[in-house]
Amino acid sequence: MNRRTVLLLAIAVLAALPLLNQLPQDHPLHVSDFLVSIIGKWICYAILALALDLAWGYAGILSLGHGAFFALGGYAIGMHLMRLIGPRGVYGHPILPDFMVFLGYTELPWYWLGFDWFAFAFLMALIVPGLLAAIVGYLAFRSRITGVYFSIITQALTYALMLAFFRNDMGFGGNNGFTDFKELLGMPLNSGTTRALLFYASLVSLILVFLLCSALTRTKYGRVLTAIRDAESRVRFLGYDVTRHKLFVFVLSAMIAGLAGALYVPQVGIINPGEFSPGNSIEAVVWVAFGGRGTLVGAVLGAFSVNALKTWLTSVAPDLWLIVLGCLFIAVPLLLPKGLVGLARGRGVKP
Amino acid sequence: MTAGLYLDGVSVTFDGFRALNNLSLIVEPGELRAVIGPNGAGKTTMMDVITGKTRPGSGILRFGERDLTRMDEAAIANLGIGRKFQKPTVFDALSVFENLELALKAPRGPIACLRWLLTGAARTHIEQIMAEIGLAERAHDLAGLLSHGQRQWLEIGMLLMQDPQLLLVDEPVAGMTDHETEQTAALLVGIAGQRSVVVVEHDLEFVKALGSRVTVLHEGSVLSEGSITHVQNDPRVVEVYLGR
Repeated sequence: MNRRTVLLLAIAVLAALPLLNQLPQDHPLHVSDFLVSIIGKWICYAILALALDLAWGYAGILSLGHGAFFALGGYAIGMHLMRLIGPRGVYGHPILPDFMVFLGYTELPWYWLGFDWFAFAFLMALIVPGLLAAIVGYLAFRSRITGVYFSIITQALTYALMLAFFRNDMGFGGNNGFTDFKELLGMPLNSGTTRALLFYASLVSLILVFLLCSALTRTKYGRVLTAIRDAESRVRFLGYDVTRHKLFVFVLSAMIAGLAGALYVPQVGIINPGEFSPGNSIEAVVWVAFGGRGTLVGAVLGAFSVNALKTWLTSVAPDLWLIVLGCLFIAVPLLLPKGLVGLARGRGVKP
Repeated sequence: MTAGLYLDGVSVTFDGFRALNNLSLIVEPGELRAVIGPNGAGKTTMMDVITGKTRPGSGILRFGERDLTRMDEAAIANLGIGRKFQKPTVFDALSVFENLELALKAPRGPIACLRWLLTGAARTHIEQIMAEIGLAERAHDLAGLLSHGQRQWLEIGMLLMQDPQLLLVDEPVAGMTDHETEQTAALLVGIAGQRSVVVVEHDLEFVKALGSRVTVLHEGSVLSEGSITHVQNDPRVVEVYLGR
């Protein structure tokens, strides 16, 4: 079987899951709700992994803060879902979400305006992460902050955002974040059909993002990114404005991460500041490293396999997961520098 | 139109150490110039100053009519000044062809690179340069698989792709075999004429093979300048450099 056949087969298996879920409970091919919902989450993680791989695997920009872009995308769609609750909240306020009533808000803060429209919220899920990446990236790349220094800055960024979003007076629900969502685009979130549609929306997004990244890395721009990764100053001497090139890929990557977050939140039904926790961003790096950075298939494979391991371990031996994650973080660069994909390709030279 | 390089009274100080001390140098359009000097004479710093990597503390630095002290590396590179580093830095993960394609004169922005399509003229240009540097048969091999000498030629090829007016070449033959050294000398002589070439080198046999004017640097300024015979017989040069 060649690569294309394997990929198409994998897509077919994923696409079949929600259908198999519709079969009667006692049917041998029945797939549980749990499995469908968890694989829906992994698909979103795989999109985040692709975003990170584009920046890290191709352009050498190791971001330890991609979880922040993911969470911002999630918050943007979460704000829309909160607005849709309308008067059905516990306090029954016609406009204000429950937490605002509880905190004594009298009117909607200005930055909540527009979020009652899905299209606006969806755009914000891409634009806000992109804008943040543009500001941070511009300041860092212009000052030629690279390597581990950039990683530390992005890690601090996501930590700072977590602390900020924990504050009640930020207007984003503080500690509790957003939950109790009712519907999206007129469809109740607790119905099987909506869940299946969200699953398919995520799967289609994963395929489109994969194709976009694949096309991008095949252009001359992709080769410029590889060149920047391997010898940044040499690229500068060739007359390329390295700052602009890195900024472009970093912003694009942040927007893809935002998209992943926007697809994730309606499926899990909650978003809170915990999504900004530095550990989440580090986990995403482990997925990409484990699967094989610098290859798109590797990023997706890594997201699925590490999360499968996590789901299994946290159910059979919950205390072990963090230790295993730490071991992966150390062992993968030492033993599997090219990840699972590198292992599969053996000692071949051409990446 | 080829421009000349003009340095007058250029000084660079690192933490009190004068790496360049009132250095003055003129390279005519189309000239091939060899620059020699003992370690620490300021050869590499001179290259750094010309390419914008290091800012001069004082002095005049012009390429044709343009003041290089006001431009950054990318702008200077786009002006037509190409530099070959001492350590060959080609892109190992890309093929010989792709390395040259990146160096080709073309719009350099992200969008332009995304939309870039290889035209027949560009392909012909790349193939010409590959033939000139003797790597036509390695076109689709990764640069990481080339020998040391071949990597140096590939890097010279990348500079040629940019159609430079001035080529700065830092120790091109260090670590090369005798045969590779001869080929490199012939390559550089062929390149000069249409463009100016400045070669920094330790290897005197190689400098003789270039047959060009020679500038001797010492402690950050010019000690002697002229033909290789003139320079070799200059008592000051013999004292600080050749005599040892």
